[in-house]
Amino acid sequence: MRVELVKRPQRSALFSALSPFIALLLTLLAGAVMFLFLGKNPADALYYFFIEPLLETWSLHELAVKAAPLILIGVGLSICYLSNNWNIGAEGQFIIGAIAGSILPVAFPGFQSPIVLPLMLVMGIVGGAAYAGIPAWLKARFGTNEILTSLMLVYVAQLFLDWLVRGPWRNPEGFNFPETRNFHAYAILPEIWPASGRAHWGFVFAILAALVLWFVLSRTLKGFEVKLIGQSPRAGRFAGFSRSRMIIFAFLVSGALAGLAGISEVSGAIGQLRPAISPGYGFTAIIVAFLGRLNPLGIIAAGLVLALSYLGGEAAQISIGVSDKVARAFQGMLLFFVLACDTLIHYRIRVSRRLVAKPIEAPAGHA
Amino acid sequence: MSATRENRAGNLLDVRGLTKLFGSLKACDGIDLTIDRGEIHALLGENGAGKSTFVKMLFGALEPAAGTIRWKGEEVRIASPGDARKLGIGMVFQHFSLFDALTAAENIMLSLDDPAPAGAVAARARALSEAYGLPLDPNAHVGDLSVGERQRIEIIRCLLQNPELIILDEPTSVLTPQEADRLFDTLARLKAEGRSILYISHRLEEVKRICDRATVLRQGRVIAHCDPRGETASSLARMMVGDEVQAVVREKPSAAREALLEVRALSRKAGHPFAVSLSDIDLAVHAGEVLGIAGVAGNGQGEFFEAVSGEVLQEKADAVRIRGKDAGRQDISGRRLMGAAFVPEERLGHAAAPLMTLSQNLLLSRCRTDARAFLSRLGVIRQGAVAKAAKRIADAMDVRKAGEDPEAAALSGGNLQKFVIGRELDRAPMVMVVNQPTWGVDAGAAARIRQALIDLAKGGSAVLVISQDLDELFEICDAIAVMHHGRLSAPIPISEATYEKVGLLMGGARPEAAEPVLEAV
Repeated sequence: MRVELVKRPQRSALFSALSPFIALLLTLLAGAVMFLFLGKNPADALYYFFIEPLLETWSLHELAVKAAPLILIGVGLSICYLSNNWNIGAEGQFIIGAIAGSILPVAFPGFQSPIVLPLMLVMGIVGGAAYAGIPAWLKARFGTNEILTSLMLVYVAQLFLDWLVRGPWRNPEGFNFPETRNFHAYAILPEIWPASGRAHWGFVFAILAALVLWFVLSRTLKGFEVKLIGQSPRAGRFAGFSRSRMIIFAFLVSGALAGLAGISEVSGAIGQLRPAISPGYGFTAIIVAFLGRLNPLGIIAAGLVLALSYLGGEAAQISIGVSDKVARAFQGMLLFFVLACDTLIHYRIRVSRRLVAKPIEAPAGHA
Repeated sequence: MSATRENRAGNLLDVRGLTKLFGSLKACDGIDLTIDRGEIHALLGENGAGKSTFVKMLFGALEPAAGTIRWKGEEVRIASPGDARKLGIGMVFQHFSLFDALTAAENIMLSLDDPAPAGAVAARARALSEAYGLPLDPNAHVGDLSVGERQRIEIIRCLLQNPELIILDEPTSVLTPQEADRLFDTLARLKAEGRSILYISHRLEEVKRICDRATVLRQGRVIAHCDPRGETASSLARMMVGDEVQAVVREKPSAAREALLEVRALSRKAGHPFAVSLSDIDLAVHAGEVLGIAGVAGNGQGEFFEAVSGEVLQEKADAVRIRGKDAGRQDISGRRLMGAAFVPEERLGHAAAPLMTLSQNLLLSRCRTDARAFLSRLGVIRQGAVAKAAKRIADAMDVRKAGEDPEAAALSGGNLQKFVIGRELDRAPMVMVVNQPTWGVDAGAAARIRQALIDLAKGGSAVLVISQDLDELFEICDAIAVMHHGRLSAPIPISEATYEKVGLLMGGARPEAAEPVLEAV
């Protein structure tokens, strides 16, 4: 017996819609097996991981806090991936956005005015976009592999942040802890409903960005250009679209959104710069983008699912005493299953019992 | 064993009635062919004549629908290239499959059925390269080698299997004349050792020079077996392209005509090893005229199309002129806005995006020229207007499709081609450039497309048709020029053009030699 993948004549619309759900289901099953091996009751573990965080208002706020950067970065990445630009460095663009946005409250703490926050957001956007511009320019100009360059720039950004908060930007009143001074009141991104929880305006930005990019992708010529160049670069050139301009465009948009996510995170959720300001949002957002089928509306849903995996990791750590690395394991399995299930969109599975007919032996004495 | 002995003096290979169907198309239709030991046998034919299909069946890459293959007198079934190699059949493909980052020896090692250490392979390769006059450094990286050297790797790779029959598919199409001469020396040595060679080519002079016998294919059938040395280049060309010259009656184009598309001294360097460089191409297509460019595939037609369409810009603005204005520095959108329309050779992936719907594919080539109709402010697409236009085009060209707005890949080749051509005709362009308008298209769709092109010219537009199909060019063109090796001959008015003349130019004869004088050679 053998199992074959047979190419479908056309994409399957059914599996296109079902694939993320099948992937979620398989992830849950694999997760249950994992908990079993860890010696935990799978049903309890999955409950603490995926249900309990949804039962309290404050933890729904936490969900929004975690989902905001994931969605913001994820929708930006969708533009990149749809246009066939593999930006893996959103984590770095997130960090540089956070640093650029923090210049005012950290380096000029005396400058206090209502205009500080809008300026910070703009500087965060510009910082993230500029940092994404580096791999974009290298690819457009020299044909470098953007996967490598954008990924390596993540480590540069992380080490730069580390150096800043331990060195020049260290809080003078901070007892030598590697942190910057706390942001003053004008530099804090406010909460949406301060009475009920911590969710800040970053979540609103995320939803707005997703809606705008959904409109651009599905209704405008620019969106058509993104998808055409991604699917069929030669047809894109025939249409008169420039590939190198698209590289720059996609990276700038995705870097800008990652930068906005970065400054929103530090000014909304953290309130200062620290050596580590992201639990890997920039990488998790890659999973978000694919789980959301590179569709900004789907990415909103996917961002919430992945945010839940962060919360669930924390919850499971407290309730049943498993490592919070379990959250990473879940995220990894989810990406794995999403990509695997996408195969079903283009292929169907055929199980055949027939053995392959053996070719007739070539006659011997021919030397 | 006895059969082998009986046939020792007989043919090495004896093929009878070999047939291959692709759907309803008979790519090979009852082909008979024999090859003797120590013979260089030419397989001649135009593109699409069935040469490649035939040798793929010999090499086990395709399975024949009918017919027998006898190898040294015994009937064999060749189910895979591995079987073919076991029998003693080796093949050198037209397009090489080599890894640039590996050395020649490593590439050879990868292809061996029995793994051997790299050092031993390199030593054997070196010995073979010396024995057959194929200079090659086994330790050189493929990326650093010339096309001719890469071909030598393929030949050595083939010789390592000690084949008795070597199939060479268009071996000189990528070589310089000097490299080709060296290859012919090698072939002579192989022949002297008693090995046989099946030599696929459409270059008549070279076939006359090195081949002992020739089999000519046309439309999947054997047209003739002959001795190429006893034939003239013209008679071979006639066999290849068919000698049924049609009496084409065409209306005389009006006297005062304006040149709508002009190409002046267009040259372009080859961008990669398999590209052809263009040299000094001059051309003018006038209002009301259909100009054809004939030529065997891979002689620069694709490169020429890219240059004329503006997918690649020219250095000099006046290298391409559209409707009397310089267009050389305009990109494809700019040239479209000047009134030109383009249809490339490849439908899926170039003219159309496979996974996009027909209306999206309409937008693909017309988003700039019809921006006012198809786009509203801020670049928002007017889906309704685009869908309506797509429907209009589908109706006008009789595009058969399942569903209202299917993906391009869901259409048959002929129907998609009708849409792709209709998409441009719908604009009523003043200049239309089409590459292979009916390649792989069924007869009904082809007729419709040709009629549409003639009608466009009748309306006063200039139409440039690049095609490998001579019948097509003779049917619709007012004049035919021939592209060979990136050069374009002067156009021959249709009243003076014959299949023979055009066929000779396609085979590489110089224009002045195209006269019957050549028959004395």
